[in-house]
Amino acid sequence: MKYLDEYRDGIAAGEYLSALRRLTTRSWTLMEICGGQTHSIVKHGLDELLPPEISLVHGPGCPVCVTPLEMIEKALEIAARPEVTFCSFGDMLRVPGRDRDLASVRASGGDVRVVYSPLDAVHLAERHPDRQVVFFAVGFETTAPANALAVRSARERGISNFSLLVSHVLVPPAMEAILSAESNRVQGFLAAGHVCAIMGVEEYRPLAARFRVPIVVTGFEPLDLLQGITMCVRQLESGRAEVENQYARVVRGQGNLEAQALIREVFTVIPRKWRGLGEIAASGLGLRPTYASFDAELRFAPNGESLDEPESCRSGQVLRGTMKPVACPAFASECTPEHPLGATMVSNEGACAAYYRYRVRTSASRVLHG
Amino acid sequence: MADPGELEPEAAGMTCPLPLRDESRILLAHGGGGRRSQELIESVFLPAFDNPLLAERHDGARLELTGPLAFSTDSYVVRPLFFPGGDIGTLAVNGTVNDLAMCGARPRYLSAAFIIEEGLSLETLRRVVASMKAAAERANVTIVTGDTKVVGRGQADGLYINTAGVGTIAAGVSVGPGQIRHGDAILLSGDLGRHGVAIMVQREGLTLESDVESDCAPLIAPIQALLDAGLPIHALRDLTRGGLTSALVELAESSRLTIRIIEEVIPVTQAVRGVCELLGLDPLQVANEGCFVAFVPEEVADQALERLRRVPESAGAVRIGRVSDEEPGLVTVRTSLGVHRVLDMLSGEQLPRIC
Repeated sequence: MKYLDEYRDGIAAGEYLSALRRLTTRSWTLMEICGGQTHSIVKHGLDELLPPEISLVHGPGCPVCVTPLEMIEKALEIAARPEVTFCSFGDMLRVPGRDRDLASVRASGGDVRVVYSPLDAVHLAERHPDRQVVFFAVGFETTAPANALAVRSARERGISNFSLLVSHVLVPPAMEAILSAESNRVQGFLAAGHVCAIMGVEEYRPLAARFRVPIVVTGFEPLDLLQGITMCVRQLESGRAEVENQYARVVRGQGNLEAQALIREVFTVIPRKWRGLGEIAASGLGLRPTYASFDAELRFAPNGESLDEPESCRSGQVLRGTMKPVACPAFASECTPEHPLGATMVSNEGACAAYYRYRVRTSASRVLHG
Repeated sequence: MADPGELEPEAAGMTCPLPLRDESRILLAHGGGGRRSQELIESVFLPAFDNPLLAERHDGARLELTGPLAFSTDSYVVRPLFFPGGDIGTLAVNGTVNDLAMCGARPRYLSAAFIIEEGLSLETLRRVVASMKAAAERANVTIVTGDTKVVGRGQADGLYINTAGVGTIAAGVSVGPGQIRHGDAILLSGDLGRHGVAIMVQREGLTLESDVESDCAPLIAPIQALLDAGLPIHALRDLTRGGLTSALVELAESSRLTIRIIEEVIPVTQAVRGVCELLGLDPLQVANEGCFVAFVPEEVADQALERLRRVPESAGAVRIGRVSDEEPGLVTVRTSLGVHRVLDMLSGEQLPRIC
């Protein structure tokens, strides 16, 4: 694992930090988009090492967290059906709906399974033709190609007892929504490296130009993040607002064209509701009409009533970057990983979960830093 | 997935009584307490665990023991039953043996109770029992009493085993969380995460180029090496479910002391780190079955390390941190970047991430 150790090297990190201190002359607020980046920052304590002028706010890039309550309710309703085998990534199991989660559906007799790939769900459908196998297709552009491949593969092999409950969202429209909000204080972005590995960097250029914000495509290891932050601050300090690529060892400018073609073949861009951000035009993916027979929402017609988030959960503000998890009155008191009020406390990529896991028992002054 | 690989559909319909030697599967009748139960005991368990106490076929075993005793029990429900580096049988013996060893005891006698799902292949049961026999011999413990129950198909996952054990504690040995003191050095016996990763890779049929084997092993020899050297051990804890993190958090909370460890010195193999990175797991939270931590006074830490490294089961022993009294109940780890972060237990089951 030498490849990773190099990106966690303390001496190299020290050099980046000194460079960053020399470079920084005033206060800047940056947002890292991806929940994976948030966890890396909090786990490695990067925010505590940065010059005090630089504050990081955590973005909406946690697919589990931004899945709206009504979609969770649809999943719970479908998963509880006796003929359904409901497959999901593990993160989703403990996300609370109105009064239960997928884990409790499983405990009540529902056939809910954790899978590692949507293709596992297709295989399951093939082996159990008497079951309706549904895969909860949650995620950003990163997971869309694999989900597209699963549906295409099911169709090609005539596996009709497979379907997808789609809750796919796209990163650039969310950034636009954050930048357009009056309360916005984000001056620069660390874009999500793995999303860009699929989609490339071109779609970020209009955003950088229109809102005059630097956008640096950034990886997930401590040194990736420090380099991304340094590149972003250097742009801000010199008045530039460009798209740069820190994660060049993974991200190519055009992205993965084959994966993009697969997404286009199976999915079409539609409006989607985001937890915390509300409905955003052209911000998600839905199955194309040619694949409508694999749409679990059409197959099972779950109740689609619009639901408001519980008032005690401030995950919306956390996801918009206007509130730090520890500033939420319910954090670590009413809301814990054992008894979560919202998805941000249970997902592996949720900001509240990161603060709870790595910070909750340290002194308040350290927690509130930045 | 729920396909119980050990079971075959035709077994469900088998009702015709046959002598055990001609049967290939466990039937409900084998747990009925009658002739069939006796056949099972005589053909499978007695030959494997052969010893005079068991041969008496009494309701229990009469033991001659003196001095302070350690007594422990654990149930084993692992899926799959067989995994690289071990099986439920080795686990059932080593698990209880290790719990006794962590009390500073020399494990002596075990009980073994089997809850078997109807339809389990006899061959599977024989393999597990053979593993238990081998593990018991390696750990120098005797299985002196036992029980067998058979439950209907679908009411268990192939085979569950419970073992309980007693061990004797030498005069003057007092090991336990209450003995941990400010300034103690914390020693770790070897690299982390192999058992949990081996199971996870096997269970989920992950197609990875991984050759991770469980670290399942008896920990008697390393503990005995410390005790034989007359070193004052304050506390011992084997790192099973929840891994190093859970063990340290429990010890910090029960001793009301602070535990500070250093991430960089904690050994984790490349293969384990690779799988953990891929699945979004923390090697510090992954289960082990042949690893422990020892809390010893600072002045004997080097000597203890040197003793541990002479024993194969703890050849990779390292010092990972120390105990202080600044913030009671807190465990922190210093990362490679020099930042201290809190270690806390997992809140529920370990769930792989989305992306």
